[in-house]
Amino acid sequence: MIAEGSILDTVLHVLAAVLFLAGSFLAMVAGLGIARFPDLLARMHAATKPQVLGLGMLLTGLALEIRTGVVIWTLVLVLLFQLITAPVSAHMVGRAGYRTGRVRDDLLVVDELTDDLAAVRRTEHVTDIDDADDAMVQALADTEKRGSDA
Amino acid sequence: MSRRPSNDVVRADAPRTDAAATSGVAGGAAQPGVTLRRRPSVTAVVWLAVVWVLLWGDLTIANVLAGLMVALAVAWFLPLPRVPFAGRPSGFGLVRLFGRLAGDIVVASVHVAAVALRFGHEPRGGVLRVRLRSRSDLYLTLTADLCSLVPGSIIVEAHRATGTLYVHTLDLSGPGAVEHARTVVLDQEARVLYALASDEEIAAAGLPPRRFGGPSRARGGAAVASRAVPDQGAPGSGRSGSSSGSSAVSGAGDRGTRSRRRDEGGDAR
Repeated sequence: MIAEGSILDTVLHVLAAVLFLAGSFLAMVAGLGIARFPDLLARMHAATKPQVLGLGMLLTGLALEIRTGVVIWTLVLVLLFQLITAPVSAHMVGRAGYRTGRVRDDLLVVDELTDDLAAVRRTEHVTDIDDADDAMVQALADTEKRGSDA
Repeated sequence: MSRRPSNDVVRADAPRTDAAATSGVAGGAAQPGVTLRRRPSVTAVVWLAVVWVLLWGDLTIANVLAGLMVALAVAWFLPLPRVPFAGRPSGFGLVRLFGRLAGDIVVASVHVAAVALRFGHEPRGGVLRVRLRSRSDLYLTLTADLCSLVPGSIIVEAHRATGTLYVHTLDLSGPGAVEHARTVVLDQEARVLYALASDEEIAAAGLPPRRFGGPSRARGGAAVASRAVPDQGAPGSGRSGSSSGSSAVSGAGDRGTRSRRRDEGGDAR
């Protein structure tokens, strides 16, 4: 146990404070990004990503402040599940945005997914790419062929 | 804002399909099937029990036993499909993978924060098609997950049959940003493979052999991915997506994908 008021205790307090501030700053930036970015996909970046590091910093700060085994293990678990689930939620929202046509094509520099989906729809009358594995394989092969012929 | 036709870049990874298909190991691993586990997996039960104990917060015999019982019940009543794994994890590779991931997250968080704070500048993103070189669902999933964790890139769609990821990148405004974004995904995949895959799977993906959890020094993983672009433009690589076909064209019929790539990489330099 670290003695109250010892130098190490003070150092840990300061370190925790710095981590809290940095983590809060990242959370604020995330909110700013959500408000400022132009379309769904860009907002997903702001919503999911600075959060991961920000949360990590806040949890590390908490661990330094509380310093009890039980709490630290819970914090590790929180971070672990955040790391596992953040990509999934980002992926699902992005994918749903695509499938419901909420993606603003005019803001994208390149959009090869829409190109490929269009190619799939040209070859077969499908609306869902899960039903169209073969069509997708074919469309990709065609794209590659065109690329090499050119 | 140029909309670049980038089919040529994508083709760089095309040999992967055939190279992997000829390898029994990797080809088999790509077919997990939909059969559910009959017996609960030991890993899943242990993991669930560990989570249970961590949630309760103290390590007592009662907690461990209760955790094991709950875990067994969950695994028994909610079976999941089998995940085929034919790899050979490498300690160095895992350290590299996670060390690099942590670094990437920090660097990219700062980058995304900078983009968010830069008023008057609207980020111009894009969705890129990246064909991975390995043929395993597990590595596809892990690569997609880790890419999504790193700020600045989200996988919006993954296509299993072709091993293709569609990655949305936040800011593609700089020169060469499109190629760079592709390289980032391919490098991530290479690190996943070096951390987990067997030597056969690494060879089938067309990567240099593993040494200390990374590519052997002669050709770095990053170098391989970025060199894949000049690769396919090199004379003799031909049109075909088949590696064996194109090495026959270049008069090196007995050479594998790997050595061919290395040779051409040397030429292109």
